[in-house]
Amino acid sequence: MSETTMPPARNRTAGALDRLLRRKLAVLGMAIVAIMVAAAVFAPLIAPYPPAEQLFDGLTLEGAPLPPGGAYLFGTDLLGRDLFSRLLYGARTSLVIGLVANGIALAIGTLIGVTAGFAGGWAGAVLMRLTDLMMAFPALLLAICLAAIFTPSLWIVALVIALVNWVQTARVTYTETSALVAREFIAAERTLGAGPGRILFLHILPHLLPTVIVWGTLGISTTVLLEATLSYLGVGVQPPTPSWGNIIFENQTYFQSAPWLVFIPGAAIVALALAFNLIGNALRDVLDPTQRGRG
Amino acid sequence: MNKWLASTALAVCLATAAAAQDYTPDPNAKPGGSITITYKDDVATLDPAIGYDWQNWSMIKSLFDGLMDYVPGTTTLRPGLAESYELSEDGLTFTFHLRKGVKFHNGREMVAEDVKYSLDRVTNPETQSPGAGFFGSIAGFDKAGEGKGLEGVKVIDPQTVEITLSRPDATFLHVMALNFASVVPKEAVEEHGADFGKHPVGTGAFSLGEWTIGQRLVFAKNADYWREGVPYLDGVTFEVGQEPVVALLRLQKGEVDVPGDGIPPAKFTEVMNDPEQAARVVEGGQLHTGYITMNVTQPPFDKPEVRRAVNMALNKERITQIINGRAVPASQPLPPSMPGYAKDYKGYAFDPEAAKKLLADAGLAEGFETELYVMNTDPNPRIAQAIQQDLAAVGIKVALQNLAQANVIEAGGAGTAPMIWSGGMAWIADFPDPSNFYGPILGCAGAGEGGWNWSKYCNEALDAEAVKADSFKDPSDPARLAMWSEIYTKIMDDAPWAPVFNEQRYTMKSPRMGGADALYVDPVSIPVNYDYVYVTE
Amino acid sequence: MIAYLLRRLIQSGMILLGVSFVTFLLLYVLPADPVRQIAGRSATAQTVENIRQQLGLDQPFLVQYGRYLGHLAQGDLGRSYLQKTEVAALIGARLPASLLLMAGGIACELAIGLTLGVIAALRKGRALDHGLMLGSFAVISAPQFVVGLLLLYVFAVRLDWFPVGGYGSFAHLVLPALTLGILGSGWYAQMMRSSMIEVLRADFIRTARAKGLGRLRVVLRHALPNAILPIIAMIGIDIGIFMGGLVVVESVFGWPGMGQLTWQAIQRVDIPIIMGVTLVSATAIVLGNLLADLIAPMIDPRIRLR
Repeated sequence: MSETTMPPARNRTAGALDRLLRRKLAVLGMAIVAIMVAAAVFAPLIAPYPPAEQLFDGLTLEGAPLPPGGAYLFGTDLLGRDLFSRLLYGARTSLVIGLVANGIALAIGTLIGVTAGFAGGWAGAVLMRLTDLMMAFPALLLAICLAAIFTPSLWIVALVIALVNWVQTARVTYTETSALVAREFIAAERTLGAGPGRILFLHILPHLLPTVIVWGTLGISTTVLLEATLSYLGVGVQPPTPSWGNIIFENQTYFQSAPWLVFIPGAAIVALALAFNLIGNALRDVLDPTQRGRG
Repeated sequence: MNKWLASTALAVCLATAAAAQDYTPDPNAKPGGSITITYKDDVATLDPAIGYDWQNWSMIKSLFDGLMDYVPGTTTLRPGLAESYELSEDGLTFTFHLRKGVKFHNGREMVAEDVKYSLDRVTNPETQSPGAGFFGSIAGFDKAGEGKGLEGVKVIDPQTVEITLSRPDATFLHVMALNFASVVPKEAVEEHGADFGKHPVGTGAFSLGEWTIGQRLVFAKNADYWREGVPYLDGVTFEVGQEPVVALLRLQKGEVDVPGDGIPPAKFTEVMNDPEQAARVVEGGQLHTGYITMNVTQPPFDKPEVRRAVNMALNKERITQIINGRAVPASQPLPPSMPGYAKDYKGYAFDPEAAKKLLADAGLAEGFETELYVMNTDPNPRIAQAIQQDLAAVGIKVALQNLAQANVIEAGGAGTAPMIWSGGMAWIADFPDPSNFYGPILGCAGAGEGGWNWSKYCNEALDAEAVKADSFKDPSDPARLAMWSEIYTKIMDDAPWAPVFNEQRYTMKSPRMGGADALYVDPVSIPVNYDYVYVTE
Repeated sequence: MIAYLLRRLIQSGMILLGVSFVTFLLLYVLPADPVRQIAGRSATAQTVENIRQQLGLDQPFLVQYGRYLGHLAQGDLGRSYLQKTEVAALIGARLPASLLLMAGGIACELAIGLTLGVIAALRKGRALDHGLMLGSFAVISAPQFVVGLLLLYVFAVRLDWFPVGGYGSFAHLVLPALTLGILGSGWYAQMMRSSMIEVLRADFIRTARAKGLGRLRVVLRHALPNAILPIIAMIGIDIGIFMGGLVVVESVFGWPGMGQLTWQAIQRVDIPIIMGVTLVSATAIVLGNLLADLIAPMIDPRIRLR
């Protein structure tokens, strides 16, 4: 932030969509997301079989899964279920977790970051030490422990991921808020008698909006990956609810003889995470060119 | 399939060195060479008082000996460090006569003091042995924690130990053959303290040569072993941290002799369809039952009709298909290879219509909702989903709780789990006796808070029957086995469990491995009886 | 500088204390009883109680935690409940394998990331640049278990160039290290690209070019060292990211490191091991971040230690 006077927030956001649409990678990302959302929403219409039904002829006599092609577009899994149908419903899981977990993480992160930056002093220091503490945790380990304590369900998994993922947002919003608070126009407002609420809602939060949008989008990607990893380890979303991660978890022992069971859902995870990364990155360039760093 | 000798041929009151029913050494066996075994999981400990895992169980068997032992490849008892024993008329006092000249790996001769020390140690709460409970019938067991040792174990002279029981226990000789009853030298235990498990010293056929944690262990032949002519092998190398799939590939390349974790499911069909490889697969029964527990203290499982309906709703054939047919559908708690298995008992046939009718009779025509707890390692969540689908077909909506092993055990012990699939924590028998499937997992003793009787089923009449059956002097007395058959049949009437399948073992070996097939599916030394196999090149 | 270092070290100590407290608390409320695991299935209620007392697990939470800290202060991480071995020895036996894997991972991410970043910068705006950037986003978006299984399938199962798993030789290290490093290589490629583009615009490069020096020579001798410097500081932060990846990568490849130890311990509530591994990981993360902060001003004088 080198400029001394901040332009009104609206100007930065306005026209952002236009500029976004001019970026090929961002458009690619949005297209992928659109397809995934369509798959998730229309899953009941598209899916040829119920996702959890163990079809009688879905296994060979020796109990092996069927390869792609034939009656089953993407083949069947180790329980004789249609992989294509499971993938469609799995998109729901990934998107729901991506949005919910990330929404909670964003809310916690922004709340803590803004409070710490705005209040400053003792309270701010305590909150930021808390984020330092969280940074020192091996995230995956923490998530596994949390998942073990709570009985896993879709919402618990979302909550666990949120509890692990709010730190980045908190740090970024903290930095921005403290920078804003130190700025002349805020000081000027204060001398004019504006209360803290007015300053917070009229001046700080609007300026944070672009940052929150960028981190929110990138965060979905992180969330999708963490959900997949937890489910892959068997402590995430619980079968028979399909998630792309738990499809791989359930079938990975067969990955040599039935690679489709691992690599088709794997490709779906990569595509979705990639899409949000591309969009988020483009948003960052468009909205907030000063923000750079690791996700 | 039934490879057991029907009964243990031990004479009850006066058993002498029993050459007649002992193992006949393979005439083709020749000494020398060494083999490589692989495991996925690391070996936790080789302390016989502590080790209770799939992989260390047979290792400990080869490093240590107990007073009793089994004929290789069978469930027949034979004398071990005890040359002979006598049992008093009231069935309460065993007098064991030890073999002379048996030496520990450290060169010292094993004497009666060592036997007493070992039993005191395993039952002392400070040792924290998971096997302490097996010794509950020894007099003074309850006071073992007060530092004085077991009052029921007395040293008569350096060659004689007398063990007094507080109640007759037909399984006592089996208990004396457990790893937990292995004889250890006091000085070695005291030297290494809590690290004895990393520096084991026993009287066994092999001694520990080298141990690189997380990578491998090397066993070296004990040249002074007290049994004549064995072991044949000069050494055994165990490589740990090897994925089963990797192990199989290495076996195919000739780098591994036996994959300790068996043939991975994904490769099973491929192996069995290749005649050259299939010829080296050894199939055997296993003292294992996979079952579903139903908590009889929780409605609606407090109604026997409901529990029977669950038994009838299960398509066990389909479930075994999911694990590549490497199991046989089960009708009762005991596996078919266990003495006392009721051959004529057919169990509950797969009949969803009859199950629905039973539920309707119980006032649950609309079905109900419940939870099934399951350990979260493959293939258990898959099996649980197959169970879930079967139960849904009769109107029982099951929510799955896939949890870490420790959490499932906790929920089972606390009685909060309505249903549990036993896979992954399942009951593989500790010793080949029907009583082993009763006490802790179906009897009243295990039904309390924290116990392993996850059904919380407690039938005092059957408990009394069980006590009677275990008061026989000869564990293989046909009358005793008949009693046990009846106990398990009665349990199935009450149906606190739904037995699902008995796993079969499929082991594979490299072309150079020699020795009878039975040694590779040894019911006690799993996966291989290292002491008796040999290599042909 | 000394004062700064001291303050940061004290801060790090406090953070580690916090980590130990939170982890201990989480394990305390975990709905699983370690004593049941130790005592085994044939244990009587009496045996269970005896063991609970032995281990002090019947004590209130703060007493247990205080005792743990007391031992920790003497450098004692305790003994594994189930393996009955010193946790320090178990971690010590596993650490070299994990460190080797991490070193391999860092080497891979730097080699791949920096090379591709430079190439992209030199081809800025062209198809190759776009392709590489898309690729860098793709690897950032790929979960490690998918990458690991894919590499395993292609290079070990299909092509048979590398062993399918295991430990011991250089060939065993390649695929796991690549899996661990590939995520970071995406980040490094992106950072290297922007850093390089910035440096190439700088006056001294233009001067060098104007003097008639060859393009390759200018890039290698003048631009590269300047562009790499800001990135070196990131390596410290990688340590933290790798700590999480170890559990997954080690389980995919059967690598005998700390990740596998952790996973087994979590399955069986072996609290001393979980505590020990968490503390070691957290220490590595905290030190990594400290290192990154210390190196940064040495490379870029504009950054000051605060």
